[in-house]
Amino acid sequence: MTPSRTLATAGRVLLQIRNDPRTIGLLLVVPSLLIGLVAWIFDETTVFDTIGPAMLALFPFIVMFLVTSISTLRERRSGTLERLLSMPLGRGDFILGYTLAFGLLAVLQTAIAVGFATVVCGLEIEESIVLLFVVAIADALLGTALGLLASAFARTEFQVVQFMPVLVFPQILLGGIFLPRDQLPNVLEVIGDWLPLSHAIDALTAVSTGGEDAAYIWLRILFIGCWIVCAIIVGSLTLRRRTP
Amino acid sequence: MMGNAIEAQGLTIRRGRNTVIDGLDLTLPRGAIIGLLGPSGSGKTTLMRAIVGVQIVSGGTISVLGEPAGSALLRHRVGYMTQLPSIYDDLSVRANLRYFARVQGVPKSDVDRVIERTGLTGQADQLARTLSGGQANRVSLAAAMLGSPELLVLDEPTVGLDPVLRSDLWGIFRRIADEGATLLVSSHVMDEATRCDRLLLMREGAVIADTTPRELLESTRAASAEEAFLRIIEAETDTRDSTTRAAKSTNSASTNSASTRLLATRPLATSPPLRSPPLRSPRRSKRAKR
Repeated sequence: MTPSRTLATAGRVLLQIRNDPRTIGLLLVVPSLLIGLVAWIFDETTVFDTIGPAMLALFPFIVMFLVTSISTLRERRSGTLERLLSMPLGRGDFILGYTLAFGLLAVLQTAIAVGFATVVCGLEIEESIVLLFVVAIADALLGTALGLLASAFARTEFQVVQFMPVLVFPQILLGGIFLPRDQLPNVLEVIGDWLPLSHAIDALTAVSTGGEDAAYIWLRILFIGCWIVCAIIVGSLTLRRRTP
Repeated sequence: MMGNAIEAQGLTIRRGRNTVIDGLDLTLPRGAIIGLLGPSGSGKTTLMRAIVGVQIVSGGTISVLGEPAGSALLRHRVGYMTQLPSIYDDLSVRANLRYFARVQGVPKSDVDRVIERTGLTGQADQLARTLSGGQANRVSLAAAMLGSPELLVLDEPTVGLDPVLRSDLWGIFRRIADEGATLLVSSHVMDEATRCDRLLLMREGAVIADTTPRELLESTRAASAEEAFLRIIEAETDTRDSTTRAAKSTNSASTNSASTRLLATRPLATSPPLRSPPLRSPRRSKRAKR
C-alpha cells in the first residue's frame, strides 16, 4: 500500500463522479429536500426538533451505502478490479481510495444538509458544529464500508440494491427514530444498542439538544469507528487477487 | 539471462466440479508472438488468468519470466488485457490511462506514448463510454502496454472487430514484439494463426498442438489455418475413437486412416518429428493435390 496509489484511486473515483453531473445533483440536493419534507410534515408540532438530527444521520449513511456498493460492484463486473489486482495496487489502496473520495463527498453533502436544516427548517444545534460534522462523516464512512461489504455478496446490481433493506432498514427501525430504544422489547433494545446507526442517531441528537457532554458524543463516534474498521477488514478480505 | 517466458508443469485448474485444465505441461520461450487458439470454452481464458496470477490453481506449478505466476514482482513486468475492455466508462481515454499509469508507477509521459502507439490521439479526451468497440479495445490494450511490460497477455483482443481493425491491431502487436516483448494472444478466429510466430491449439483444457503457422499448414496439407485446425481436431477425435476400438479388436482398419495416422500420436507437441514418419497412404497424394 502506498499513499500515491491510494490518492490516485481517490482522485479517479472523484473524477468519475465529476463526469456524472446528475449523480452529483442527486447526492447533494436529495437529502436537503427530504429533510425539508419531514420538517413540513411536522410543521405544527415539535416532532422535527427530536427527529431532525436523526435525519441528518440517515442520509449520508444510506447514500454512501448505495453509491459505494454499486460502484465497487461495477468494478468487479467490468473487469477493472481484476486488471487493478494484476497491477501493483494494494487492496488497502483500493478501499482507502474509495473511503477518502466518498468521505469527502459526505462532508459536502452534510454541509448542505446541515445548512438547509438549520437555516431553512429551523433546527437548533446546541453543541459544536464540528462534532456534528465528525459524526456525519463517520456515518458516511460506515455506509461506505458496509456498501463495500455488500458488493462482495452480490452478483448483480439488482441484488446489491436488495441488500439495502437487509443491512440498512433494521438499523433505522431499531435506531430509536420511531420509538425510543428504551421503550422497545428487551431483545430488540439489546440488538439496537449494538447497531452503529443507533449510536450515530444518539450522537447527533446529543449534538443538537446539548443534553450530554462531548465525551458522550466521542464515545459514540468511537463505537461507529470500530464498526467501520471491522467492516473494512472483512470487506478487504473479500477482495481477492485470485478468484476461481 | 533469457530463460523462458512461461513454464507450466502439471498445471491443474478446477472450477467447481469441473476440471478445466488437467495436468498441462507447457514451455514457451521469450520473444515473438504466441497465438493461443481454440474454440470458446476450451480453457484459453483460464490459462491466461493462471499466467497473470488471478486464477486459483488447484495443482501443479506455473512460472512466468522465472518467477512464480502472480508474485508481486511480476505485477510490473506483465501486462494483461482482459476479454472485455476493462476501462472506466465515465472517464476520458487519457484519464483512464493516467490512473492506470499511476497505479503501475510509470511516468505520465508513458500515457502519451501508448495513446500514440494505439492510434487514439484523436480520441484522447473523449469519454470511454462514447468510443466504438474497437476504440475501447485499444484503450484496454494501451493500458496493458503502460510501462512496456516484458510479457503481454492479451485475451481475445480482436474479437468482434472488422478485418481492417483486426489488421491494425496485429500491426501494433508485431511492433511490440519487434521491440523484444513476448506476446501471448488468444483468439478463436483461426485465420489469425498466420499472424503468429508460434501456435498453441487448445481444446477441452489441453494443448493439442504446439507448432508454427508453416508447420501447421504443411503437416495437415490444408489450405487455410481454419481447415488445418479442423483436421487436427478431427484427427484427435478419431484417435480417441480408434484407441477405444483398438482395445476391442486388434485389427483396426480405420476408414480415416490417412488423417488418423498423420496426427495420431500428437506429433505436433514436439515439432521435429512432424514430417516423419513418411506416409505411404494412397490418400495422401489426393490430399496433397488439394
